[in-house]
Amino acid sequence: MQVSLLNIRKDFPILARTVRDGKPLVYLDNAATTQKPNYVVDAISNYYKGYNANIHRAVYALAEEATEKYESVRDRIARFLNIQDRRQVIFVRGTTEGINLVAYAWGRPNIAKGDTIVTTEYEHHSNIVPWQLLCKEKGATLKYIPIDDQGRLILDKLDDYIAEGNVKMVTFSLMSNVLGTITDAPAIMSKCKEAGIHTLVDAAQAVPHMRVDVSSLGCDFFTFSGHKMMGPTGVGVLYASHNMLEKMSPFHGGGDMIREVHKQESTWNDLPYKFEAGTPNIADVIGLGAAVDYLEGIGMDNVRMHEMELTSYALNRMRKIPGITIYGPTDIKERGGVISFNFADVHPHDVAHIMDEEGVAIRSGHHCAQVLMEELDVAATSRASFYIYNTTDEIDVLIDALQKVARVFKLE
Amino acid sequence: MSSRDIYHEMIIDYSRNPVNFGKMDNPDATHHDANPLCGDSVDIDLKIDDSKISDIKFHGKGCAICMACSSVLTEITKGKSLDEARDISKHDLLGELGLEHLQAVRIKCALLPLKTLKFALYTYLAKHNHDSVESLKEEAAGLY
Repeated sequence: MQVSLLNIRKDFPILARTVRDGKPLVYLDNAATTQKPNYVVDAISNYYKGYNANIHRAVYALAEEATEKYESVRDRIARFLNIQDRRQVIFVRGTTEGINLVAYAWGRPNIAKGDTIVTTEYEHHSNIVPWQLLCKEKGATLKYIPIDDQGRLILDKLDDYIAEGNVKMVTFSLMSNVLGTITDAPAIMSKCKEAGIHTLVDAAQAVPHMRVDVSSLGCDFFTFSGHKMMGPTGVGVLYASHNMLEKMSPFHGGGDMIREVHKQESTWNDLPYKFEAGTPNIADVIGLGAAVDYLEGIGMDNVRMHEMELTSYALNRMRKIPGITIYGPTDIKERGGVISFNFADVHPHDVAHIMDEEGVAIRSGHHCAQVLMEELDVAATSRASFYIYNTTDEIDVLIDALQKVARVFKLE
Repeated sequence: MSSRDIYHEMIIDYSRNPVNFGKMDNPDATHHDANPLCGDSVDIDLKIDDSKISDIKFHGKGCAICMACSSVLTEITKGKSLDEARDISKHDLLGELGLEHLQAVRIKCALLPLKTLKFALYTYLAKHNHDSVESLKEEAAGLY
């Protein structure tokens, strides 16, 4: 399919609505979740209206159709991200489940007392807490790659950790959900490859916004969520290398993941089904497939280019407002379309509250990154995050709303 | 409520210049609480003499509403008997700042200090074997 950027907002009926006494909605919380185009919503409802059936088992027409549609999404995801083998695409509920699956199914049999797992200071809680649980259970240690004053990872520290020994896993996000920093993944990957250390890439913020090639990245695990890329909530993907998949025990036990079940023991189904127990989220996997089609119709390079334009426009306007502190890299090439900021001494909740009255939806709080908040020495930040359907006109509304914050709080 | 009604002079003043702000040496009762979703956090310290709250201090990080309500709550509470203090209601606090109609998503910002105070009182009263303290704990836990 081809998607015209000129008319793209027409594909998202929600963007035409008003909020708070007739103010046009300006949706700038895309790092939390994105809006869904008709094409995705229709794909989901067409499944329920037209061919709803459970998959993989029954022989009748509806089941065959549903199975074919569900499985075709696996192929499309593999093609979209340059994954060699469709059996490496495992459907999960989202990034959080993807990471928990790895920490459980790979981590439990492979991590022992004295081992080290390395993550970074700008991780989402979902890439910290599962590893804390694992480390606690096994007596392993969790270490953090620190950030510099522009919110970039200080990779020399990773060299130190590797030199100290026993590092079994390095797990990092490809783009920070708070700072927007794009991680220098090739540098981390080459250090880890050389030292024989396994890697997990949290791509929840990256896959929706830029071209990603899993094969050339060369990581062991890679995971992302559907709802941050115009797909539905409750579905995501975990990729694992062949080498890892063979070492992993099942995660959930139940239907579909087994080959044979006897009273005392069972044998496991082939990949990827060994990791997809129970009736999967059929409708939302189909919806995710539609989101991939839609994004391919736009072209990921166009998505990235549009967001770079918006981000650089917003940064230029925001920097001119006295009292604004912006976090993260100053070089637009090193950051995605996420701008976290603080405004003088005004608490981010108050900023977001006043913005909301102008119809502007931004996020305030710790963004599930309390470790990072501690490093930045702030309780919270405000965050505006963009997507392909946002416009510079909307950023002008954001700037006007910031000026209202200044008036209400009598700044300057 | 519109921001003109919420962010009035008093709220802005109190959030900029909080009263009774700081830590207390050797408090007789203390409690820390936080709203996990938004990250607001408040500590309240109490000095108690002859069943009276002779001094109260708070510290923490939060939005203007949370900080203003904390300040006002310490003003209301100071000098009250323990019985009077445990009877302070959310309407008393919200009424003081004209925030009775605050929307649901922000009410937890306003009531966090009151919840913290009630838990501090509960801990103190339970330690000193007062009767019927369980109802105070339930009230604090169910405040919002």
